[in-house]
Amino acid sequence: MSLDNLPNQPPRPKPWNDPRVRSVFFQIVAVLAVVWFGYTLFQNTITNMESRGIRTGFDFLDRTAGFGIIMSLIEYDESMTYGRTFLVGLANTLLVSGLGILFATVVGFIVGIARLSTNWLVAKVALAYIEIFRNVPLLLQIFFWYFAVLGALPAPRQAINLGDLVFMSNRGIMIPAPVFEPGSGLMGFALILALVFIFFLARWARRRQAATGQIFPVLPIALVLIPGLPLLAYWLMGSPVSWSIPELGGFRFRGGITAIPELGALLLALTLYTASFIAEIVRSGITSVSHGQTEAASALGLPGRRILRLVVIPQALRVIIPPLTSQYLNLTKNSSLAVAIGYPDLVNVFMGTTLNQTGRAVEIVAMTMAVYLFISLAISLLMNIYNRAVALKER
Amino acid sequence: MAVHQPSPDLPPPVAERGAIRWLRDNLFSSWLNSIVTVITAYLLAIFLIPIFDWAFVKGVFLGEGPESCRPDGACWVFVQQRITFFIYGNYPRELLWRPDLVFLMFAIAVVPQFFPLPARWRKWLAIYGITVLPVAAYFLLAGGHFGLEPVRTTRWGGLLLTLVLAYVGIIAALPIGLALALGRRSHMPVIRGICVTFIEFWRAVPLITILFMASVMLPLFLPSGVTFDRLMRALVGITLFQAAYMAEVVRGGLQAIPKGQYEAAEALGLGYWRRMRLIILPQALKIVIPGIANTVISLFKDTTLVLIIGLFDLLGAVKSTLSDPAWDNVMAEGYLFVAFCFWVFCFGMSRYSHRLEKQLDTGHRN
Repeated sequence: MSLDNLPNQPPRPKPWNDPRVRSVFFQIVAVLAVVWFGYTLFQNTITNMESRGIRTGFDFLDRTAGFGIIMSLIEYDESMTYGRTFLVGLANTLLVSGLGILFATVVGFIVGIARLSTNWLVAKVALAYIEIFRNVPLLLQIFFWYFAVLGALPAPRQAINLGDLVFMSNRGIMIPAPVFEPGSGLMGFALILALVFIFFLARWARRRQAATGQIFPVLPIALVLIPGLPLLAYWLMGSPVSWSIPELGGFRFRGGITAIPELGALLLALTLYTASFIAEIVRSGITSVSHGQTEAASALGLPGRRILRLVVIPQALRVIIPPLTSQYLNLTKNSSLAVAIGYPDLVNVFMGTTLNQTGRAVEIVAMTMAVYLFISLAISLLMNIYNRAVALKER
Repeated sequence: MAVHQPSPDLPPPVAERGAIRWLRDNLFSSWLNSIVTVITAYLLAIFLIPIFDWAFVKGVFLGEGPESCRPDGACWVFVQQRITFFIYGNYPRELLWRPDLVFLMFAIAVVPQFFPLPARWRKWLAIYGITVLPVAAYFLLAGGHFGLEPVRTTRWGGLLLTLVLAYVGIIAALPIGLALALGRRSHMPVIRGICVTFIEFWRAVPLITILFMASVMLPLFLPSGVTFDRLMRALVGITLFQAAYMAEVVRGGLQAIPKGQYEAAEALGLGYWRRMRLIILPQALKIVIPGIANTVISLFKDTTLVLIIGLFDLLGAVKSTLSDPAWDNVMAEGYLFVAFCFWVFCFGMSRYSHRLEKQLDTGHRN
């Protein structure tokens, strides 16, 4: 007797009511729809490009670009290739994103903690900052800093002078630059040595504390050694680092590092805008650690600083890190607004000038999107790994 | 026998009540706190007093032209003189009653939501807001039917354009995002794969590249003869972009619903759509109201990006008038005005979402 004929087996549903048949049917329809859609797009694109005489291929990357870029971290001049402009733009995007992430994190954490201050005035100032900056479009903030604030600075001849070291004018902000002479390599070596030593010391101290319960003061030693060793090397080698101070010569400044106003405005806007979101994330992270945790830790006899470091911060970070990473991603993506004020980032240089000159829209847009896609997916991947590591282990 | 009459309680000492107590608790609770308070107050004063002085005391609000302004004060006359352009862009001046009517219809849909209303009214207002309002607004603004003179979208601008972009974007992004989120949670691997790819792609690239793509490459994708105007392209770009974010927000809500709810709904014999509509989505959407509000606010702020592809929204309209040589440096005034407009809308939305969240809170906690 086969299984199908058992008396209390429910009757098989009609095929159009069977969930499995339905699901297979819907999926086939979806695949067909996507394939048809993709095929039409592809076909249209090919026809349109042929009819407009647009050529395809990546050969343009080896041709001479012939346009200048106002700021470049890597060596670049007009005789270099379009491929090089891609790298210049990418480096500039990474620079502004990296600096923005650094500053936004610092400002965001300060404001987020200030928001929880018991001091009424400080808490309200932080609240006002958050509510103002996150409710105003970023593009508007970039325009405001670029045109209304930095653009209103005086010309280089009347530059605002901060202690003869830093000059602010409408051509940018000039700061002193270190010049490394032979022998300064030893300082870097000393710094690395100090860091490695502290790393192993901390590991040893942790093991000793686990074994014996005795605490070894790692932090004061680190605070002395990390600046101390390089300074010692500096003194031993007879001051191998000098400073190049900006000086007014004619109509412009010489020496030092010049941060072009586009960079300054973009960085300022990105930092202040993103920091207002980070502040809220930090606040919610800290308030998410229940008061019972702090009380339990102090009942165990931990002093205040250790409660913060060992109990509150690790638990708050679990809540803070995921949204924080997505803010970092947002900042990186938002840095593409550079195009509005002419900071030479990837979108401005590559998707702007290079695209206009070569007309290879499909290839260039695809390459640009691929860069952002790669950054996003890489960070998401790291994020997921981290999340799995710190997630509460339950059942 | 003499009965003991307790004398009335003395009031708490002066230092322990009222403003003094409050000051001591909140501003001067310790030495360190007092120092912080004084420094903060000092910094605020030297920072805010000149701004206040510039903007309000020496600022000129009403006037005839640049000559009414003072050199050391804000020149709000600029905004006052150009306000028509900022609100309507280049919309034909003799037809302004049409956008005005649209603004009125918009206000009818939105303003009552801020007042306590019976749920039934609220529902009808919402239905009006997503059906009658967009259709009527389209026919009124674009014209070409019912004897109305056609107005090309290139002439729309200013606050009008910002609101059109934001409103259409919001009411289109929400259902698309909902569908994507359900697709991502589907049991069918193909559907899930398509939705995941779609969502991750849109979320990974900056909106600017999408707008660029919409304005440079969309004509290549379409069969020859089919054209979209620029406003439509921007709308498609913004909507799909925010729909992907909306999808992730809604997915968060779907994941937060305990499995028992799904299983109980199934046990009741409800089909997929009724399960979602009656049991899952009402709970899930309620949880993610703050997330939806954030997405809506960021969509509203993102509408400013259309100025990069050459549309004149509120920011674009103001920016384009700032270079007028007749006015001597009114940059700060112009940008502050735009900032104020956006701030009012965004802050309003975030307050509204807070209220909605409290209103719908049934006290259930999973």
